[in-house]
Parts: sequence; structure tokens; C-alpha cells
Amino acid sequence: MNLTLLMYLIPSLIMFGCGVYGFITRKNMIAIMISLELMLNSVDINFVVFNRYLFPGQMDGMFFTLFAIAIAAAETALALAIVINVYRAAKNVDIEQIRKLKF
Amino acid sequence: MESVGNIILYFVIAISIIVFSVLTVTTRQILRSATYLLFVLFATALLYFQMDYEFLGAVQIAVYAGGIVVLFVFSILLTHKPGDDTPALTSHRRWLGITAAVASLALCAYAVFSFDAFGGRLMAAMPELTIDKIGHFLLSTDKLGYLLPFEAVSVLLLACIIGGVVIARKR
Repeated sequence: MNLTLLMYLIPSLIMFGCGVYGFITRKNMIAIMISLELMLNSVDINFVVFNRYLFPGQMDGMFFTLFAIAIAAAETALALAIVINVYRAAKNVDIEQIRKLKF
Repeated sequence: MESVGNIILYFVIAISIIVFSVLTVTTRQILRSATYLLFVLFATALLYFQMDYEFLGAVQIAVYAGGIVVLFVFSILLTHKPGDDTPALTSHRRWLGITAAVASLALCAYAVFSFDAFGGRLMAAMPELTIDKIGHFLLSTDKLGYLLPFEAVSVLLLACIIGGVVIARKR
């Protein structure tokens, strides 16, 4: 039995699907961020796997993942700061209850 | 032909990624969801180690498991009472989510499985990826160097620090 490229794409595909499902169904802002992290992580796996299998001598996929991790960290820190600020103002992080910016 | 240990490691990684990502989005307690996310990130780091990208696996553990998950846990504890479940989903919302997830999965799976030019490719030998090679590549100004994105990320992180302080500070 051989480990082909396709076998590594399947877990990342399922991880992305879970992220999409969670992003739509969750009502808690922090849970939505967690689903977003799942989607970002599956894309990182794809970058690394394609780099390792198709271009083993180069490092571009690895560097894309490295920068994606850095940007994901920055984005999460800012988004969680916003969530905590919203909680301070509205005493809630449920997106169905926070309707002041709507309409 | 791969070694048996490699195949066992692959199945451990794949099964834990699949199971824990499903649990992350279906569990009712948000703190558990963050914990399952941590397991998914550890499995991903293991996958990077298996692909011989040791530096990337270390960065994944340090930044994701050490930074982002801790941030999630802190903000969950700041905004939730421990032990309260999220209310059950309305069925219309769940069906919307399942439809979107299955549609995107089907589209991606069709793209992956129908384009079989590289699907059966095996892992080729890689020249050893030493840390000084990574450092030279990261800071080189050659045609394929990554100095400009490196500096751009440093400015982005500075902007993120200032933004986080400004947003979260008490007025």
C-alpha cells in the first residue's frame, strides 16, 4: 500500500466541509471563529502536501503556509478583541441577539 | 512501498483529523469545541512532521496550539458561564448548513477525483531542509526570496498589536 497525494487531500477536504458547516450553523461568535480556523488549517495542509509531492526541491508552499499561520494568528487576535468588546457592550456573543448594526 | 510505521502514522493522523473536526463543529459545549480544535491542530502538526517539514510543525504547535487556542480559551472563559450548553439548532438552520457543506464538499471532491494527473503521485525524496536554508530563503532579496512578505508580515503584526490594544481597552 502506498501513500499517494490523494490520501492526504481527503482529511483536509473533510476538515474544510466541517468548517463550512460550523460557520453556517453556529450562533456563537467564538464558535464561528473556531470553524474559520478549521477552514484555514485545511488550506494550509493542501499547500504543504502539494509542495511536498509535486515540487519537493522548492519551499514555496511551506512559506505560504508559514505566512498564512502568521496572518491567521493576527486575524484571530483582532477578532477576539472585537468579540470581547461586543460582549462588554451587549453582554452577549450570540449573533441572533446582537442586531444593532443590522438594517 | 511505504514502511508499516508510516502507514500506521498516516491512519492515526487522518482518523484523528476527521473525527475531531466533526466533533469540533457538532459539540454543544464551546470549551470542548476549543479543545477538539487543539487536537485537530496537533494532528496537523504531526502531518507536517511526517512530510519532513520539522520547522513548520514546530511553528504550527507554537503559534496555533500555544497562541491561538489559549486566546480562544481565555475569551471563552471571559464571555461564558462555565457549563452552559448552547441551545439546540433549529432544523432549518441545520439543513442549510448541511446543504452548503455537502455542496462544497461534492464540488471539491469532484475536482480532486476527476483530475487524476497527480492524484496517484508518490512522495519523492527531498533534499534535506536545514534551518539555515530556510533562513537564507526567508531573508533573501533574490527573484524567489521572501524578504518583502516577511517585512509586510512584521508591519501587519505591529498593526494588529495596536489595533487589539485600541479595540479592547476600557474607555
